[in-house]
Amino acid sequence: MTTSPAIQTRNLSHHFGSGETRLQVLHHLDLEIPKGQFVILMGPSGSGKTTLLTLVGCLRSVQEGSVKLLGEELSGANERTLMLMRRRLGFIFQAHNLHDSLTAMQNVRMGLDVHGKGHGPEAEAACQHVLELVGLGERVDHYPSQLSGGQKQRVAVARALIGNPDILFADEPTAALDKEMGQQVIELIRELANQRQTTVFMVTHDHRILDYADRIINMEDGRIVES
Amino acid sequence: MITNILIRLLHRLPIGWLQLNHNRTRLIAAVGGVTFANILIFMQLGFMGALFSTSVFTHKNLSTDLVLLPSNFLSLREATSFPRRRIYQAESHPAVVSADPIYIGQVFWTDPVGGDTAQFRVLGVPPDSPDPIFLNKTIQAELPKLKQPDKAILDIKTRQLNPDITKAILEKGSYDLELNNLQFHFVGTFTQGGSFGDDGSIIVSTDAFMRLFRNRQPGTPTLALIHLAPGSDAHKVAREINALLPEGDTIAMTKQQFIDAEQNYQAQQTPIGFVFGFGVVMAFVVGLVIVYQVLTTDVQDHLAEYATFKAIGYSQGFFRGIVFEEALSLAILGFVPGLVVSIFLYAFASRATGLPIEMQFGRPAFVFSLTLIMCVLSGLIATNRLAHADPADLF
Repeated sequence: MTTSPAIQTRNLSHHFGSGETRLQVLHHLDLEIPKGQFVILMGPSGSGKTTLLTLVGCLRSVQEGSVKLLGEELSGANERTLMLMRRRLGFIFQAHNLHDSLTAMQNVRMGLDVHGKGHGPEAEAACQHVLELVGLGERVDHYPSQLSGGQKQRVAVARALIGNPDILFADEPTAALDKEMGQQVIELIRELANQRQTTVFMVTHDHRILDYADRIINMEDGRIVES
Repeated sequence: MITNILIRLLHRLPIGWLQLNHNRTRLIAAVGGVTFANILIFMQLGFMGALFSTSVFTHKNLSTDLVLLPSNFLSLREATSFPRRRIYQAESHPAVVSADPIYIGQVFWTDPVGGDTAQFRVLGVPPDSPDPIFLNKTIQAELPKLKQPDKAILDIKTRQLNPDITKAILEKGSYDLELNNLQFHFVGTFTQGGSFGDDGSIIVSTDAFMRLFRNRQPGTPTLALIHLAPGSDAHKVAREINALLPEGDTIAMTKQQFIDAEQNYQAQQTPIGFVFGFGVVMAFVVGLVIVYQVLTTDVQDHLAEYATFKAIGYSQGFFRGIVFEEALSLAILGFVPGLVVSIFLYAFASRATGLPIEMQFGRPAFVFSLTLIMCVLSGLIATNRLAHADPADLF
């Protein structure tokens, strides 16, 4: 178990469309990311980085080749296996994707509820703690509409971290934030990931945050050009 | 408060309830829709129930074990008559203690004072019979007054009856009315109320009945009341009497069979059952469409959130749970005001129509079941939309 890498792809290809409009977006990718690494995936639009992220993030079915996550094969896995695997992952999206009918606290609790542990005073304390870590201890009962963009993204970070994920996936988490706020959010992710030995796999265009990465992967036209 | 109760019940955040509660306009629209559908259903059932119960007021009030009826009997309103000889034949059965012929007709009356019209059911009964004719003690006590010629007793719950008439009978002891160009002295009152077909009832003696209806004969009653010796098996005696009546023009049945036959006729042969049943179905469909609309829009509006939840490991069943939680909340929230408003509307409609529109025991449970089915069905259709919540679309 300790020997298996966090993410491993072998000969991974992916197509969109069918027939004449069929388009290959990933070409025979071989990739290995050991546990605990902070990896940034870069590349121009259309280079296939988001497709790669959704494939290794259990959000899209593997068509060709192999994806192993924490030692488990995703190719040909059924919906239930994918769902159980997703519970071991954390996700931060470009947009915060918070539920507008839930308070900051309740949104974070959704990350615990999925494990059946969102109930009771312990859960409450854990959520409070994570929200304090992201600097929102005073705003736990605010609804998303009462929070600023940066605050919302920090709630999303808290939600992704509350379940203690083995791997944290992030898709342009700083895109909607100004420089300073972006910096803060990335530092936060970096720090929390370090403490918990979480693997981070992040897609970004943002050159300001490259310094935080252990490793930078560049993609172009569906191929890894530099790693 | 409700949120905390739901957390305890569901062991998770009540997302459905929180979603509904967050968008108050949508919540009010949805609850209003359910309430509206509930009121419609309650009113349809109320009217239907009232019409069914009034259709057998006369039947239920008869003091009897068995009745003899023309064998083609469907409904008292359309009942023909049978030869009086059949009563004597039936009396030959040892269990029969007594038998009394009853004559029934309809008379149309115009109030010379106000010009109001009323359709009366007239019952011609033997006033000197030693056996009780009616269960209603008031009527039974008034019957001896009918021994004198041209006397009658009046149902003072007759629909839109001029209150002066009631007052005159109660205070002066008599009021004269002209029926079919004959002067009748109304010397007593009782309370029963009209039905779908008749506005009220009048009771007269057999002799007065024959004067009122020139074409009717004492030899051809509409029905006969048959009192049995205590301890007799009514069903068995009815069968045995039928064996004594080989002519096939007359039939004996128990009082309950008589009531059931009338109600069956009302339910199946008249448009009442269909019209109100149809009304219930329409109200159900209206509620279904409103709840479906609200739930689908709600699912549509939250697809991105659901996709996010899916991405962090929630199952399809979880989202179905949210939709059903919403459906259930709407059913409960809509039913309660629907029931309360309906109780008030029953009282109002009852006064307006003179029909006994009452909240029968069991009806709220029935309507709530319908509401649940309505909301769950809407939810079931709305969950189809959930398939559109694809986490891959979040990028």
